[in-house]
Amino acid sequence: MFDNLSEKLQRVFKNMRGEGRLSAANMEDALREIRVALLEADVHFRVVKQLLENVKQKAMGEEVLTSLTPTQQVIAIVKDELVKILGSHESKPRFANEPPSVYLIVGLQGSGKTTSTAKLARWLSKNGHRPTMVSVDVYRPAAREQLRILAREVDVPIYTGAENETKPIDLARSARRETVQSGRDVLLVDTAGRLHIDDELMTELKQLKELLNPVEILFVADAMTGQDAVRSADEFHKALGITGCILTKMDGDARGGAALSIRHITGQPLKFVGVGEKTTAFETFYPERAAQRILGMGDVLSFIEKAQEAFDSKEQEKMQQKLLDNEFSLEDFRDQIRSIRKLGPLESLLGMMPDMGIMKELKNVKVDEKEINRIVAIIDSMTRKERVNHMLINGSRRRRIARGSGTSVQDVNQLLKQYTQARKMMKSFSGGMLSGALGKKLGKMKLPVF
Amino acid sequence: MIQTLFGSVEQEPTLLEKLKAGIEKTRTGLVRGIEDAVAGGRRIDADVLEELEYTLLSADIGVATTNEILNLIRDRAERHQLSDSSELRGLIKTHLLEVLQAAERPMPRVAEAPAVVMVVGVNGAGKTTTIGKLAHRYQSEGRSVLLCAADTFRAAAIEQLEVWGQRTRTEVIRQKPGADPSAVIFDSLQAARARKIDYVVIDTAGRLQTKDNLMAELAKMKRTASRVVEGAPHEVLLVLDGTTGQNGLEQARKFTETAGVTGIVLTKLDGTAKGGVVVPIVRELGLPIRYVGVGEQLDDLLPFEPERFIESLFA
Ligand SMILES: Nc1nc2c(ncn2[C@@H]2O[C@H](COP(=O)(O)OP(=O)(O)O)[C@@H](O)[C@H]2O)c(=O)[nH]1
Ligand SMILES: Nc1nc2c(ncn2[C@@H]2O[C@H](COP(=O)(O)OP(=O)(O)O)[C@@H](O)[C@H]2O)c(=O)[nH]1
Ligand SMILES: [Mg+2]
Ligand SMILES: [Mg+2]
Repeated sequence: MFDNLSEKLQRVFKNMRGEGRLSAANMEDALREIRVALLEADVHFRVVKQLLENVKQKAMGEEVLTSLTPTQQVIAIVKDELVKILGSHESKPRFANEPPSVYLIVGLQGSGKTTSTAKLARWLSKNGHRPTMVSVDVYRPAAREQLRILAREVDVPIYTGAENETKPIDLARSARRETVQSGRDVLLVDTAGRLHIDDELMTELKQLKELLNPVEILFVADAMTGQDAVRSADEFHKALGITGCILTKMDGDARGGAALSIRHITGQPLKFVGVGEKTTAFETFYPERAAQRILGMGDVLSFIEKAQEAFDSKEQEKMQQKLLDNEFSLEDFRDQIRSIRKLGPLESLLGMMPDMGIMKELKNVKVDEKEINRIVAIIDSMTRKERVNHMLINGSRRRRIARGSGTSVQDVNQLLKQYTQARKMMKSFSGGMLSGALGKKLGKMKLPVF
Repeated sequence: MIQTLFGSVEQEPTLLEKLKAGIEKTRTGLVRGIEDAVAGGRRIDADVLEELEYTLLSADIGVATTNEILNLIRDRAERHQLSDSSELRGLIKTHLLEVLQAAERPMPRVAEAPAVVMVVGVNGAGKTTTIGKLAHRYQSEGRSVLLCAADTFRAAAIEQLEVWGQRTRTEVIRQKPGADPSAVIFDSLQAARARKIDYVVIDTAGRLQTKDNLMAELAKMKRTASRVVEGAPHEVLLVLDGTTGQNGLEQARKFTETAGVTGIVLTKLDGTAKGGVVVPIVRELGLPIRYVGVGEQLDDLLPFEPERFIESLFA
């Protein structure tokens, strides 16, 4: 994958310790690296250019703080600039004074409109609303059927239309009437994908807007979109006046620079992100997190997802409880180590995590296949009592275990140390050592033990 | 002459002639930029190079390839082999053409029907639509086609393929939503063999290349296919959304690694996106681009020809 920006910057700044200041000369190289990182993240060329201007001005002549390395300092400046564009805080959906609030969901083909409509409906229901939906996509084969199936899944009513209703406008009108009659407060209108240069279909959207007077017009964009994101978002915005954006497919490894471009060109906030195909995989957009991701500073989300895939969640809940109750035994440790294998190469996994705080510590943990086998062998040579209470394991027991597992006493000592460390580390994970949104997320997630 | 899985055939389908708005758009974007950069025989200075850089980067060609082209130009300019900007176009054209032509390769020859084509890619790239178009194309070559609904995951994916089946009067082999995709493939290939069908086109569920378990599922589907029909799948087409940026490279890498991609279909070129990420993809992985998608209708699939493609960029 991409080279980590912070590593590259570290290389750039390696020789500047003595200089004490970020200067024109040493910034030049740094800016070049930042530029490449942003372009590789699909941030639009022109946006990158302006951003670098700002960063340069800010960074020039700035004292190098002793508490931060120049790399960290520059990254902090860049990240601040990114966040400035992305929006400093999360942006909530809006509602009309007079219900129903109509949301028009628009975007290019295949961006994830229908899926996001269902996700949003679910999200609204969970947040005290009574939404309903309609699909006015009469073009794509089985598009209306798709939303019908998803409606059932999220348990939200849907207006499916009468036999003779085959025009988007007619469907929308009836759906609105139905929404009012059934006392629902939000109507989500899923529209057909279209190209921003398709005049006929863009006109159709304008008509829908006129008819429905939507309080939100949400542009659904694929996180993998390249440079053209600026253009399509701009044209949708010019035609309709979008009020926000949903960024989908953020569960992959796309850096999502399109978010920056879209926000920059439209000035409208990103409101939600799609992080999976399931209707539950939907979150509010956090500018901070997006900025980190654009900079390639780790993808905690996909890490967490991988972890979740590999670790059965019921099992994990039990573990979590055990940790909290200080009952996490060597046996549990062994099971955890075993399931790590399912995650694939550990190195690549840890590479996905941001380079900071506790993550950094974790990054230095190296576990290879042989090591795992050794650990499992050692634990298998213990008695059940020893596995449940590691405090029992004194010198003579250590010698016995080493003999039994074909290892050395040092190996056994090493393992016991790892185990107690892991216990400590996991406790701090579940205890929310990380602050903010990320901390909350990690806190809730059942993370594996390393 | 056009290539098919059963060898070359005489007649090029008429749709080949209709170069669509999409390619035109792709063309005008890149051409305008380059024309600007090369206008009036300007000296090759920093401005010209920046305009050029903008043109290449905004086509999603990527930093590495763009830098390579710029370095090539700088180098030639320094050695006085290139004096004025009007020569730039030819140079870039030749360079890109070399990249794309190096990856050209004939379709594999299938001695005995059915030829099995498996279509893979990330979510929403245009797989199912491409399959509809492919069925139409194979039929226009006088071949019989059977479609395999192995996307059993996405809501209404089977129904969507069935609509394409109706449009092309092609039989669709399906099972229930949630069924094992490999089982559907097994059924389809058996049916195709029994009925002496020429082409089986397998629709698969979209998956992001980072999902190891889903990628492993593709490998399993391939194994199933090869168990029923020797050498199947004969083609594994990666459908790549033309609006995709630099993540496309990672997609191509991972799908090639686990699903053995043999060719690329670049879709949605009827918009304003340029699809330039195929350049680094082709260069790194040597994959041929087989077709481009230029719309949502049956005949909106054109064979990719590097020559014509580049030609249309610089015409
Ligand atoms: N992995 C992933 N897939 C998504 C996400 N959102 C949508 N999809 C998938 O993307 C494809 C296109 O989505 P769909 O809602 O049909 O797009 P539409 O054409 O814009 O309505 C489907 O396969 C969806 O399952 C997401 O956040 N993550
Ligand atoms: N404009 C345009 N739209 C396309 C093209 N190919 C596919 N689409 C649209 O993209 C969306 C997703 O296509 P689909 O075949 O369902 O994607 P899949 O999820 O990969 O199977 C649908 O709305 C298609 O109509 C193309 O070449 N041009
Ligand atoms: Mg849809
Ligand atoms: Mg499909």
